[in-house]
Amino acid sequence: MAGGGGLLWGTAITEIRAEEITLRPPGALDKESFQKACMKCGQCVEACPYDTLLLATFSDNKGIGTPYFEPRAIPCYMCTNYPCTEACPSGALDLKELSGEDHIPSINNAKMGLAVIHRESCIAYWGIQCDACYRACPLMDSAIVLEYETNYQTGKHANIKPVINSDICTGCGICEHVCVVEKSAIHVLPRELAMGEVGNHYIKSWDENDELRINNKTDKPEDKNDDIESAIEYLNDTNDLFAE
Amino acid sequence: MKLIFRYRYLLFRRLLQIGLLLLFFGGNAFGWNVLKGNFSSAMLFSTIPLSDPYAVVQIMATGFIVATDALIGAAIILVLYGLVFGRMFCAWVCPMNMISDTAIFINKKLQLNNNLILSRKIRYGILILGIILSFFLATPAFEAISPVSTLHRGIIFGMGGGWAIIAAIFLFDLALLRNGWCGHLCSIGASYALIGKFAFIKIRHDSEKCTDCGRCFEVCPESQVLDIINIRPGIISSSECTNCSRCVEVCDDNALKISLRNPMIRKK
Repeated sequence: MAGGGGLLWGTAITEIRAEEITLRPPGALDKESFQKACMKCGQCVEACPYDTLLLATFSDNKGIGTPYFEPRAIPCYMCTNYPCTEACPSGALDLKELSGEDHIPSINNAKMGLAVIHRESCIAYWGIQCDACYRACPLMDSAIVLEYETNYQTGKHANIKPVINSDICTGCGICEHVCVVEKSAIHVLPRELAMGEVGNHYIKSWDENDELRINNKTDKPEDKNDDIESAIEYLNDTNDLFAE
Repeated sequence: MKLIFRYRYLLFRRLLQIGLLLLFFGGNAFGWNVLKGNFSSAMLFSTIPLSDPYAVVQIMATGFIVATDALIGAAIILVLYGLVFGRMFCAWVCPMNMISDTAIFINKKLQLNNNLILSRKIRYGILILGIILSFFLATPAFEAISPVSTLHRGIIFGMGGGWAIIAAIFLFDLALLRNGWCGHLCSIGASYALIGKFAFIKIRHDSEKCTDCGRCFEVCPESQVLDIINIRPGIISSSECTNCSRCVEVCDDNALKISLRNPMIRKK
């Protein structure tokens, strides 16, 4: 009976885990660790002066009792004294996550998510003058920069396009909050959803640091013996062709 | 006045339960600095952390090293309830107690049957299962489904769909088993029963005054703890007793009173 109960219990918990696109407060640990560590006490939610943070209820699908925010409604305004991170008793929000190499926490090191632009609904990409996200960004001209491009439709104007710098973007979502189109053309996504990963097969030869990765190569060739002869034999093997 | 005296502990318990919820609610809604957070983890006067020991144990079972605030908070609660209050959290603090008592009240008024038979030891099994599942699922398992947390979190921060769980518990207690949740299944209650094994505050019985009217058995939510009634004097030693003191109120013979454990007189 205990086994059956445990199975049912376990299934229920896997069912009510947070959606992939849940955004967490600044300083949150990675998804797995956060899920382990969060006490569900809501002290971060209470510490937030802008009412940005919400505590997920049973029906929110954000992980019951855990804090999250929805930037189109209220974004994170990036308090320089990070009250939410400091309020956490269990370590699910950790100042270490906000600390750079100098070990001094700064809200600018937050990595709550990454803003992503949908060009087709961004009127700046259409050629209409709009720099709402660029100007609202707390890290203006750094997390979002403007790129100029000839507007071929008129031939004499410029398209001034916002472009996101993923190294800098904190995922605060103020851009998503201020975007002027009906459904925001710029969204904050959890970083692991928004970002790709190159892996070890490609290296920037023009970047000295990146070239060092060759030395750290850990991938081993599949065939450890470099058995060339058997490979040639395999290629010349015509038996299968005439099998019928 | 007589009525108030007759229900003095019950009234005080309700005042305490509602008062604490109010302080937490104010902490969230109006920024009061008395109690912040909820019963899983709280901050008293912005300085003293308090944490539910069972929740902390679950987090540790997931393999996460809990930060010091939560550990200190759990230690404070352990000492308080372990040395002084025993299982009083259940009857004096936990908001689920009000739901459960309401269900019992209606159940008795309507004279409904309680056909389900469950062992009161199940809660200890759930307690252990919660810790094991926390390890395997890498998330605090009981906290993820706990109706108790759902209730206090809901009252303080907004209920959402949590009403469904509370309603289910209420109906379970009402129609199937009196005190089904608090007295049989709740592993937070079980954890406090284990923590409060050697607590100081106890109910004391004087068997010479007892007339065996049986009223205490009628009101007791954990009547198995009343094993010494009309048999021998002493303290109600089982830590499953929540010190709710209903028995003290209803006893017309003055045979029960809130007392302290006397460490000198130990029963053999």
